[in-house]
Amino acid sequence: MSPAATALALIVGIVALGSAIGFLAARRSKPNLEDWAVAGRGLGLILVWILLAGETFTTYSVLGISGWIYSKGGPTFYALAYLALGYVIIFFIGPPIWELGKKHGLQTLADYFAKAYRSPILTTLVAVGGVVVLVLYLQLQVTGLGIIVNVASYERIGRGPAMVAATVVTTLFVITSGLRGIAWVSILKDILFVGIAVLVGIGIPLMRFGGVGGMFAQLVRERPGFLTMPGGTTNLTHTWFVTTVLVNSLFIGFPHFFGSVFTAKSGDIVRRNAVLMPLYVLPLALIVFAGCSSILIVPHLAVGDLALLTAIRTTLPPWLLGVVGGAGALTAMVPAAVQVLTASTLLAKNVCEPLAGGRMSEARLALLAKISVVAVFGGSLFLALHSSATLVGLLLMAYSGVAQFAPGIILALTPFKVSPRAILCGMVAGFSAAGYLTIAAMDPFHGFNAGFVGLGVNLLVLFAVNSLSRAKEGCFVSANG
Amino acid sequence: MVPFVATCFTVSLWDRVDPMIFGLPFNMAWLVAWLVLTPGLMAIAYRIERRR
Repeated sequence: MSPAATALALIVGIVALGSAIGFLAARRSKPNLEDWAVAGRGLGLILVWILLAGETFTTYSVLGISGWIYSKGGPTFYALAYLALGYVIIFFIGPPIWELGKKHGLQTLADYFAKAYRSPILTTLVAVGGVVVLVLYLQLQVTGLGIIVNVASYERIGRGPAMVAATVVTTLFVITSGLRGIAWVSILKDILFVGIAVLVGIGIPLMRFGGVGGMFAQLVRERPGFLTMPGGTTNLTHTWFVTTVLVNSLFIGFPHFFGSVFTAKSGDIVRRNAVLMPLYVLPLALIVFAGCSSILIVPHLAVGDLALLTAIRTTLPPWLLGVVGGAGALTAMVPAAVQVLTASTLLAKNVCEPLAGGRMSEARLALLAKISVVAVFGGSLFLALHSSATLVGLLLMAYSGVAQFAPGIILALTPFKVSPRAILCGMVAGFSAAGYLTIAAMDPFHGFNAGFVGLGVNLLVLFAVNSLSRAKEGCFVSANG
Repeated sequence: MVPFVATCFTVSLWDRVDPMIFGLPFNMAWLVAWLVLTPGLMAIAYRIERRR
């Protein structure tokens, strides 16, 4: 077999194995939206841990981080900092959010806003905003899948067709599996991910430079200053680092992340998960090692996102490229599945159902959600085919948007009564500011992350509007406050 | 919260390559160390809250 055929066959094999696991696990589930979307709220410590953690191991972690360290150097370290801090936040606000979810039967981020602020416009906007950030994230996964198939086929399969094929497979996977199935596939994915992280993070430096230390020593010699900030960039300074880490640590606002809190059996499980979760970030450090090695192994690549796979291709045998590619494909598919599932639940339950005027039967709602899966994936694929943003660039954009939900989420847990209008205006202002700065290529803005600027605008508007219009409708008081 | 101070606000203090620790640049080693220390701190907080 040619190297390309070997690599591709292994990728297909791993993806098929994953899909089979998902399909088998899903046979135990019931055909309603609650089971499909939050697995009947019945997942235990280990499955929730894996599902939550699964969200940290995405294509972004494999290709994006190594690609950024390759092209930008030091600023990439933000990725090692913000996740652990985000879990510190979840440690505190996760359990009360879970309590509310349990008490009111909540499934989505928009449900939460609906209960907290009782404003239909705000709910719809949160749902739509949530879908937008998820589509950005999905675009990242689709792009990643395209890169994997492209490099593994030794450029014989173009990125476009690869993305289309990958999207079709993932769509079928989501519709047949539901969340329970995905959680089980997550296990396979994470084992593979940790395996390849060790392989490429320690193995490659060992083979080429006699160890991680040797690799770093050579890198520091050849590229002095590259591994500190601003590294290979001019504008990603310490200010950028602080603001970006702060904005990104609010990732609880990602609708799929928020939803995964509801899948736990108890609030205590959420909290114990948050304690352990930063350990799950350790493999990302290995990916950074691998990215650093690829700077030395394959210098002068135009696209950083290709660095890791190209380095693997020149260092390791084709079958290992296949295993890495397969694992990489799963790290795109599983999170993509969770994200599309969340987006479609938001669309069906929080946008379409109210528009159709009231209650729909559970079966119809589930069907509608499945139709939305196809629509959301189609949209992401379209964007992925027509955009050239880097993987990390896409993710930073999504995080900037997500952070704008945070004031609404957190204020609902406090005894402060904030009017829905204030939350709404703040959110819209924050979204617009961050979106404008990003689209106008003014991010970072005077060294500040665009999402951080957006968040500042968001809070200013929120407090201004709130002090103008005294809160009439109260928000509920948190379970432990 | 300690981890926030340690890994976010004080970046200019630890963002440097020397001294190398276990062959890692200093900034890298610092962040990896906090990935282990952060769960430790949260576990302590969890214990304390449990007892109350």
